[in-house]
Amino acid sequence: MRTCTESFEGYILRALGRDWGERLLPRGLDITFCDQIFLVASGLMWNVYFAALAIFFGFFLAVAVAVAKFSDRALLRIPASAFVFAFRGSPLFIQFFFFYSAFVLLPRAGIDIPLGFTTITVQTSALTTAQLGGLIVLILNTTAYSAELFYGALRTIPKGDLEAADAYGMTGLTKFRRVVFPSMLRLAWPSYTNEAIFLTHSTTLVFLSAFPARQQAGEAFYYARYFVDQTFNPFVAYPLVAGYFILLTLAIIGVFGIANRYLNRHLPRERRARIRFRPQYLR
Amino acid sequence: MFAFCADPSTLPQWQWFACYLTTPTHFAFYRSFLMVMLLLAITAPIALGMGLLGALAVRARFLPLSLLGKGYVNVVRGVPDIVFFMFVPIALGQGIEWVMHHIQCPDWDQPIRQGSDFIVCREAKVPGVNAPAWVRDIYAFSMAVVAFALVFGAFAANTLHGAMQAVPRAQVETAEAYGMTRAQAFRRVIMPQMWVYALPGLSNIWQILIKATPLLFLLGLQDAVYWARELGGQKTSLYTYPHPDWRVWYFLVLLCFYLFLTWASERGFARLNARLSHGQATAAGEKLRKAAA
Repeated sequence: MRTCTESFEGYILRALGRDWGERLLPRGLDITFCDQIFLVASGLMWNVYFAALAIFFGFFLAVAVAVAKFSDRALLRIPASAFVFAFRGSPLFIQFFFFYSAFVLLPRAGIDIPLGFTTITVQTSALTTAQLGGLIVLILNTTAYSAELFYGALRTIPKGDLEAADAYGMTGLTKFRRVVFPSMLRLAWPSYTNEAIFLTHSTTLVFLSAFPARQQAGEAFYYARYFVDQTFNPFVAYPLVAGYFILLTLAIIGVFGIANRYLNRHLPRERRARIRFRPQYLR
Repeated sequence: MFAFCADPSTLPQWQWFACYLTTPTHFAFYRSFLMVMLLLAITAPIALGMGLLGALAVRARFLPLSLLGKGYVNVVRGVPDIVFFMFVPIALGQGIEWVMHHIQCPDWDQPIRQGSDFIVCREAKVPGVNAPAWVRDIYAFSMAVVAFALVFGAFAANTLHGAMQAVPRAQVETAEAYGMTRAQAFRRVIMPQMWVYALPGLSNIWQILIKATPLLFLLGLQDAVYWARELGGQKTSLYTYPHPDWRVWYFLVLLCFYLFLTWASERGFARLNARLSHGQATAAGEKLRKAAA
């Protein structure tokens, strides 16, 4: 039997691959409680990786898509609406399968794109890994959901704010940057917090579907499931991963709460909308 | 299916597809879409019932009950739903077998959990050792229903609780002024009116529920995802209908099916919302009144 220190050293970085700790995962009767604590914790790094990068890239894309959907030009509005409809209307789980089977069909050697004077080869093999392909699916997914939230916020910006901006002679990008964008963010922020939580929870699906966990390097729920398969005892690993996710959820609420306070800093204290643990199930 | 399907390798394109798409395995694939519908039809009312109970528990004046309700709602909220979908069926299955074991074989002296084995006596196995395959399927399916109802019940409880709070306070006060008890006021005033406030939230939950149904695949049921993987995978010339990797097309069909389902229910909810808004003290109800006048 390993001691807790040995488990910690062997498994805390195991989610990076077999060169980072014990080569093999603990099996059957050899599994200790500490193994489960540290291996599941090491998987959390991928949950954080997927969630953080997807939220970061998804945010900017979502703002662009929301503005496009709100636009008067059909050329912008229709593609943006179709994108939002397609990704909000279908299950993320199926999207993973769909994109994985599409990525697998791409030629392994990469795609040559002739540019006239030179040819660039786009590497496609990385797309079949969860770390890139799965991340892309998550980004597209959260972009669609957040874009719908931002779109809803754009529609509810108080008319007076926009008229005030016009009265100051602001147009175009200046008006967007100084009036529209901050108001939109402020209005959408509580729901956007909710979306961030949902997205973080969805990162558990990455390795469950099509994308393979190479060298048994997966996220937290992948390891929890592995332990339950090995020990046939769901009462340890699943509550453990649930506990970790509650902590992660609270951390997100904390970080987004700070941002919320910053966004509402000009309002009198009572009128600031607090972010509560009472979300609208907007997904 | 068709008479000309005897030797598919010699068929022209359209006949080949006609035969290919009507093989027995493809019918199993089509039936699995019905299974999704069935799961939705069974789970939704149960989840709504759980939600109502949960919301009543949160509102309860008896502190332990209220804490239980709040704990239920918040824990389910803070944890990915997939954890519950995997945990509940296996935990419930073991729980049932554990109880059965203590009833059926009280003089069994060995421990139930031996290392990585969960051993109960033969009589305590659920479903029984000799149970036919369809009984096992129904058992697995009902476990999935319980897991879904538990998760979506918590979501619904939150929404319904909010809706109960949203019924204008003046109306409840009027009921009190007429001498109604708390329970009477709830039954006669809050309950009939809360639905219009709950509907946007419930429609969202319904959409999430639709999008959670492919997770059935993880519970080992032969659902649409299972068949899409089976049928779409590359088939060598050993098979009657050889074809390259077509999984992407099968999953495209699945995507379209779910898009249609969510689109149709969005329209359905919009209609229901218009109907429920009749005569309500909300902006939508006011709009309907003015349009009629």
